[in-house]
Amino acid sequence: MVKKRSKHYNFAFLDEGSKRVIRRALLKAVAIPGYQVPFGSRELPIGRGWGTGGLQITLSVIGPGDVLKVIDQGSDDSVNALSIRNFVTACTGVETTTDSGEATLIQSRHRIPEAPLKAGQIMALQVPMPEPLRLVEPHEAVTRVMHAEMDYAPMWLALYESIVRTGDIELGADYPVMVEDRYMMMPSPIPRFDNHKLHMSPALFLFGAGREKKIYALPPYTRVVSLAFDDHPFRVESTHGRVCRLCGAADVYFDEFFDSATGGRLYQCSDSGYCEKRRRAGARATEPAAPTA
Amino acid sequence: MNNITGNPAFALELNELTVRYGPGCPSCGESPESLDRNRCPVCGSVWAVRGVSLRAREGETLGIVGESGSGKSTLMRALHLDEAPTSGAYFLDGGEENLFGVSPRRRRYIRDSLLGMVYQNPYLGLRMFFSSGANVAEKLIAAGSRNVRGMTERAEYLFRYMEIPFSRVKEPPRNFSGGMQQRVQIAKAVANNPPVLLLDEVTTGLDLSVQARVLDLIKRVQREFGVTMIVVSHDLAVVRLLADRTAVMRDGVIIEQGLTDRILEDPRHVYTQTLVNSML
Ligand SMILES: Nc1ncnc2c1ncn2[C@@H]1O[C@H](COP(=O)(O)OP(=O)(O)OP(=O)(O)O)[C@@H](O)[C@H]1O
Ligand SMILES: [Mg+2]
Ligand SMILES: [Zn+2]
Repeated sequence: MVKKRSKHYNFAFLDEGSKRVIRRALLKAVAIPGYQVPFGSRELPIGRGWGTGGLQITLSVIGPGDVLKVIDQGSDDSVNALSIRNFVTACTGVETTTDSGEATLIQSRHRIPEAPLKAGQIMALQVPMPEPLRLVEPHEAVTRVMHAEMDYAPMWLALYESIVRTGDIELGADYPVMVEDRYMMMPSPIPRFDNHKLHMSPALFLFGAGREKKIYALPPYTRVVSLAFDDHPFRVESTHGRVCRLCGAADVYFDEFFDSATGGRLYQCSDSGYCEKRRRAGARATEPAAPTA
Repeated sequence: MNNITGNPAFALELNELTVRYGPGCPSCGESPESLDRNRCPVCGSVWAVRGVSLRAREGETLGIVGESGSGKSTLMRALHLDEAPTSGAYFLDGGEENLFGVSPRRRRYIRDSLLGMVYQNPYLGLRMFFSSGANVAEKLIAAGSRNVRGMTERAEYLFRYMEIPFSRVKEPPRNFSGGMQQRVQIAKAVANNPPVLLLDEVTTGLDLSVQARVLDLIKRVQREFGVTMIVVSHDLAVVRLLADRTAVMRDGVIIEQGLTDRILEDPRHVYTQTLVNSML
């Protein structure tokens, strides 16, 4: 779907100077995988905390030939995804898609598509909290030194303490990773289920935190390892025994619904584009939406 | 006197350490005689440690005695690489690198793997809001361990060794008595079997009976871990019990050093004589 671009703004809204500033930060970020590069975050006509970090990245890398997909918590159709998509198309006129395989540029919040990404694709992720060490150290000046010196013992200690006290690492989404054995990094609030999609991916991942004014990146084929102890391996959210009520997919990340009719739970692909594509190809739930109590 | 590499005969070698707090000025920089004790009357700088050199052979214990403010803790913080000194050279195990000049990451490695420190103030040495077990584990984590079970077992072993009731392993040290906090600090300091152990006033402020037990414990560590130790105290009795050789500090300077027995039986400096006499 191609929309006509509004002539009131520069292509992709930001002026070329602002784009250059952000691209420079992006280049540095790509050169030092996992390292948080400070950048001069711009004002955009959407509220901070609504993904201005990811959006600024999208606007500074997008070109007229790009095919854009916008995801919010897996969905292409949420209000937030819709308004970002409309905004970007209004100021660029680029083609959009819901099929992650067709997109050249994917802006996302909270999910990485189920279908494996390919070489040449760019994923721009919105980041609310870029600093993994904030959990153990409140001061920015100190966390910078900690990264520089690779002083990650306090973080490991917090995880150790959590295991000793509760038997488990009490972290949910946005589960920290080590990048190329060097920098500790927040993957943005994707479920742990998505962490492995970052590892050795052929695609380029760009992360933007608007409020915190930080950009970081994972160039293609970067080693990304979720924090874990030898005897306490990293575990993803269980999807065991669940299938999508619409397309029958198993082994994907699900949204969970309460079925008021049966009192049971229903599961549905969180990645709406993936689900839709499967159904278009004829996939159906094998059992008639069997609810599990 | 300042050599460029360590002497292989010594496990620890410190050459001409000086730590100055403040800017310094021509008056105090050129003529230390102008100082009022350790302070420059012109610029107000404190020369906390001046030209201190120490040598310890492997497994040897070196005592440092001196009154309050003589620079003992400053010296120990420098030996633990906690703060950069004004000048000096520091070698471990006859190594070739001056440890005062290494990169921050290397410094962290040395501190985590080759040194153990018990601070005069347990709040500096312990994370009071983490469990005591985690305090020991921190040292193991810093040295690269990523095995929860192994670390927990090591902590348990050390707690038993230090005679800390096992039930307290999950409690934070802020709940503990002073003597118990020092035991946790010692457990943490020896967790990685570091070749060098630095003890700053471990028994100060403890009841006499508790003091005796902590000193016994240190003697055991000394025997069984075979570490090189630097023991700081303002109390000659502590040093007499633990140290093979002793240095006496005053106003940032070592005024006398030698075998502990010799210092006690035949103190040469007037100040040392006063110290020894006041002990008897
Ligand atoms: N950060 C600092 N800034 C300025 N002066 C300092 C600082 N730290 C220590 N000093 C001064 O350095 C001198 C040596 O202090 P230090 O704590 O090393 O003595 P000490 O021998 O350990 O004393 P105590 O027996 O009381 O523990 C003192 O005059 C002290 O006031
Ligand atoms: Mg002191
Ligand atoms: Zn001066």
